[in-house]
Amino acid sequence: MKKKELLKVTGLSKSFGGVKAVDNVSFTLYEGESIGVIGPNGSGKSTLINLITGFLKPDSGTVIYQGKDITGIAPYKAVNLGIARSFQMVRPFYNMEAYKNLIVPLYSPRVKKQLKGGSYGDRDEIAIQLLEDVGFERESQIPYKITGSLPHGYLKRLELARCLCLEPHLVVLDELFSGMSMSEVASTVPILERIIDEGRNMIMIEHRIRELFRIVNKIICLNFGRKIAEGTPEEVMQMKEVKEAYLGSEGESIA
Amino acid sequence: MKAGYRKERIDRGIKARADDIFAISSYREILYLMGPRLLAVVGLLLFPLFKDITGAYWQTVGFIACIIALLTLSWNFLFSVGLVSLGQAFFFGIGAYFTGYFNHTCGLAPLFSIPLATVCGAVLCTILIFPVLRLRGIYFALITFALPLFLMRIIEATGYLGGTEGISGLQRLPSLTFSVYITVVLVLAVTFIFLRLFDTDYGLVLRAIHDNDMSVLAGGLSVQWYKAQAVFLAALPATFAGALMTHHYRVVGMPAFAVEYSLLPLTAAVVGGTGTFAGGVLGALILVPVSEMLRAFGTLRIVMYGMMLILFVVGLPEGIYRFGQRKYFQFERIVPLEEKEK
Repeated sequence: MKKKELLKVTGLSKSFGGVKAVDNVSFTLYEGESIGVIGPNGSGKSTLINLITGFLKPDSGTVIYQGKDITGIAPYKAVNLGIARSFQMVRPFYNMEAYKNLIVPLYSPRVKKQLKGGSYGDRDEIAIQLLEDVGFERESQIPYKITGSLPHGYLKRLELARCLCLEPHLVVLDELFSGMSMSEVASTVPILERIIDEGRNMIMIEHRIRELFRIVNKIICLNFGRKIAEGTPEEVMQMKEVKEAYLGSEGESIA
Repeated sequence: MKAGYRKERIDRGIKARADDIFAISSYREILYLMGPRLLAVVGLLLFPLFKDITGAYWQTVGFIACIIALLTLSWNFLFSVGLVSLGQAFFFGIGAYFTGYFNHTCGLAPLFSIPLATVCGAVLCTILIFPVLRLRGIYFALITFALPLFLMRIIEATGYLGGTEGISGLQRLPSLTFSVYITVVLVLAVTFIFLRLFDTDYGLVLRAIHDNDMSVLAGGLSVQWYKAQAVFLAALPATFAGALMTHHYRVVGMPAFAVEYSLLPLTAAVVGGTGTFAGGVLGALILVPVSEMLRAFGTLRIVMYGMMLILFVVGLPEGIYRFGQRKYFQFERIVPLEEKEK
């Protein structure tokens, strides 16, 4: 059976001044696959995601999603096509109750018109339900607390919940696990596995390799904006370039 | 405060728990919650009836205070969506000129020209501001500051719409009491509608733009489009204020774009508490009469006015409204710091 292309990125480049943040990156995400993006700090992972989701406009290259050219599309339009993203630095609405944060995505055209019973659904109820799904205790006060007073781990999961509100077909997570405690990570991994089981696709930037390998079935490694490796997790970790990128080459360490 | 002591704040038992849940057990408590609101509403509605006591002069001051209150409501609406406006005169002037044009050139009676000018003015304001909506913070503020001056000079240079002379001889409104009443009722109605609007899911989206517009984009909503809607809604009371004032004085001219109409709402909002609709109205209703009272000081009036503003910005940056709210709903007492366990 031939696999259907979901997202096809070709020759994507973006420079900030003289720095080539993303340099001629190409990859293809097939339907039913999930990709993990790894790489040292500053290797252009977040920029790559910003380019795909429309938060930045690429200098060159194309992004094809479900056969449609979405290069440089407005971010909210990308969302309405089914690409939902989380932010590395959490961006909740600090002055609202936690569950009210989800009212905003639930108000989007994608959810309002097509999903969740149209405009008749009780958004508050759906929001609380979704928060429970990502591990906010329903019976506790936590979903009703002002967002600014929540611990960081909850804010990260709130980011995830905001993606899930949008019933996305492609979930793009930017370092979801960073800043989470070990137990929070352990409880979040099954949630991500379930998201994939529901037939959604995922692109994950992550530094926690062990958890990442449990979730995704393909890895891309970036360094200085260039793609240096692609393959299954086991293959990628054996590659010389990847080891060099993370640990430095032997020649370098002697010099 | 003495060392080793701290101020403790405790919510009163009958504070509203949430927007719609109250813990009320007696009429006394209902009165306690409703009191301030009733006082404000009834006080404002009764004000025009006391014309014999206050005299026409203070009635006019009340009228202007309400006009400024409408502009402040508009300012606070924009602020709640993350847009800081330094140019309320822009909305005011456009409303004023529209009604002048409709009344003078098309011969429409004020009953029609005012509502029409309100809506047309708001539409025009939205169209003119739309291209700069993607700007944020100080950049947006600067543009709004420039817009009224810009329109003023265009009218001066082209001589269109009466040029420097303005359009005079417009139809009058029935009476001063009528003008005062209509502004008072509108201030109350607009405050109520705006407060309610911001409680709905739609209002939540608008507040979310103020908090974090990137997240709203990631939530699949066009920030630009919602900001445009907000500008339209916020422009309505301001253009109405301009239109009504024009018919009240029966003349419209370049002073409709004067800086006063930008600065007074801004200061009223700061004094009352930025982002609070009721606070803004309170600020306007205090500020305008006070600035009238200071007239006796001649040129020193501006100095005293400025001193007062500095005092407020430095001493009470949260604004009168939030300060009052806190004092009303919380006990305060001085308690010793808990001793460290040894």
